[in-house]
Amino acid sequence: MLSEYAEEILEALWIQIEEQGKKPLDLGPSRDEPAVEELVKLGYIRKDQGHIHLLEKGKAHALACVRRHRLAERLLTDVFDVKKKIIDEVSCKFEHLLHEGLEDRVCSILGHPKACPHGKPIPSGRCCSERKEKRTVKFIASLTELEAKEKGRIAYLQAKDNSQMQKLMSIGVLPGMAVSLLQKFPSYVISLGQSQFAIDKELASTIYVRLTK
Amino acid sequence: MKSMWKDFAKRIGYDDPLEIYLSRLESLMLSEYKISKRSMALLLLQQDRDILTMVEEKEKERINEIQKIIQEANAHYSQSLSLIISMRRQKEASRISAMATTFKQQDKFTISGLLSKIMMNPFTGGPILLIVLYYGLYKFVGSFGAGVLVDFLEDKVFGAYINPFMTNLVNSTIPFKLLQDLLVGEYGVITLGVRYAFAIILPIVATFFFAFAIVEDTGYLPRLAMLVDQLFKKIGLSGRAVIPLVLGFGCDTMATMVTRTLPTKRERIIATLLLALAIPCSAQMGVILALLKDSPLGLIVWLGVIILVFLIVGFLAAKIMPGELPTFYMEIPPLRMPQLTNILRKTAMRLKWYFLEILPLFIFASVLIWLGQITGVFSIVVKILNYPIKWIGLPSEASVAFLFGFFRRDYGAAGLYDLKKVGLLSANQLVVACITLTLFLPCIAQLLMNIKERGLRMGVAMSIFILFFSFSIGYLVNIILTLFSISL
Repeated sequence: MLSEYAEEILEALWIQIEEQGKKPLDLGPSRDEPAVEELVKLGYIRKDQGHIHLLEKGKAHALACVRRHRLAERLLTDVFDVKKKIIDEVSCKFEHLLHEGLEDRVCSILGHPKACPHGKPIPSGRCCSERKEKRTVKFIASLTELEAKEKGRIAYLQAKDNSQMQKLMSIGVLPGMAVSLLQKFPSYVISLGQSQFAIDKELASTIYVRLTK
Repeated sequence: MKSMWKDFAKRIGYDDPLEIYLSRLESLMLSEYKISKRSMALLLLQQDRDILTMVEEKEKERINEIQKIIQEANAHYSQSLSLIISMRRQKEASRISAMATTFKQQDKFTISGLLSKIMMNPFTGGPILLIVLYYGLYKFVGSFGAGVLVDFLEDKVFGAYINPFMTNLVNSTIPFKLLQDLLVGEYGVITLGVRYAFAIILPIVATFFFAFAIVEDTGYLPRLAMLVDQLFKKIGLSGRAVIPLVLGFGCDTMATMVTRTLPTKRERIIATLLLALAIPCSAQMGVILALLKDSPLGLIVWLGVIILVFLIVGFLAAKIMPGELPTFYMEIPPLRMPQLTNILRKTAMRLKWYFLEILPLFIFASVLIWLGQITGVFSIVVKILNYPIKWIGLPSEASVAFLFGFFRRDYGAAGLYDLKKVGLLSANQLVVACITLTLFLPCIAQLLMNIKERGLRMGVAMSIFILFFSFSIGYLVNIILTLFSISL
């Protein structure tokens, strides 16, 4: 297994090169870091004067690291309710525990979130495409994955753009509101506060709910 | 001191960084605004476009700094600021309402709860819709409004009193034949335009609006909207569009005006097209039902073809039209007993609105008919119409009915009624004629409304499409009936 620091390096490389499309990482002070040597030896990265490059072989590992980090952030915000200020710090440590399929379990419990609390996309895993996991534990799920009669509080909204967000807010769909699903077909009917609303599947899929009994 | 307390009470506090951004923004806005600077600053942070342009104009020297603060504030938070602000307001609103309201323990079972469930269930919702349509539309509007009331007003009030009186008055005071025709001739402004508006349209739309207001007041419409949303998505509309489309069964012209309530331009165009093409208005339906009453099979074929056209044209329009896909979200209010005062007020309000917008169009139509007759344009158009009429297998006498159908949809159908009486039309021809006439160009009032609402180009393009399309469908139905030697 990779060392924690090596994982951090892979993650930073992937975000900088693949996600932001910027230049390779400056080697800087980590020149003599054993973690860098570890990655070079595995063939995940390549070193030249002053820069490290991400190699094909390292990409999949890097992607998995990013996924674990962002899932950890979601878990800590949505389930453990950790304060925003220390999220980064805690999730940096937490992510390294999410190995051996544990990250897929967390992903399922959270209802396969598509973005971290900062709005960055979470790379999808095997569990997201299979989607047939048994509903043993489920803390957070989008409205479309709930059964009729289930209820909870809105955890977060995953609106695709501002206009969709405005629509949700205009009917009072906001994080923290108590919501229960009354009906799923032919449209979604939810009870929110003292009112009922009918929404289509597309809007329903953007509402993630923290389930309560 | 007192004013400070007032401000304090009104004000919702936000977290420290946001408060700092707000006060920095407030201090940079030096001009006068209609609302408080704090509200302006809040709207700026939520990136309201109109407010941003306004501030850009009024604070030219400081706009760069203002924009910098807005960017900074947005970068500080991981969630969008409008969400953060809304959440804070929601919390405050909940706090205040919790102080002022208590909730009774609700009964698990209520009649209205059960009724609501039945209405929103896809299996029981359908039959309920049929019941509403049968009693509300067919019985009340069709039989009572378009039958009893129209007969009374048209034959008794206008036929026996107003028209003869006005004709005498005009003929004795105005010596010019041309002007006499314009006012009280066969298609005169008074004898046709005003009579049509008050003796035919008034009772039909009044009964329709009355029935519609009852249905509206119970809270049934949002439940219907949620039932049909998925089907409507296939034709490029959302469930919200049931309101104008149902209204179209009363009067398509009115319904076209109501398409304004649809959120996107794309939905408005598709709804306008479907109203013009495939939704027969109450006046038209009355005559068509009378025409086909001896031929139940013919009625079924008519209904089937119209529904098919509605779905296919909607489906194709949704495929072709660019633009934002519709979203559906609607509040489902609790069901309640309709209140008579509400219903009467709504009906009166709609009728007033309706007459202000539509009556001038009827007057205009009368003037057009008058012009068409004195210039001889009509006889030319009738000759041209003879060709497509023959293609769809109808006798040339039907051309007049079609031309008049354009000025008054039900008039066209009534013209067919005369042809049927003298035995010129077989059952097959009758069905083909009814289908074509239903699809055929909307009445002139609706054409003008289409142009008014959708613009000249779109209005005219739609009309040309409908003109060709209606005859093509008539032609097709005629061919199919002939090929399989079906006699209805």
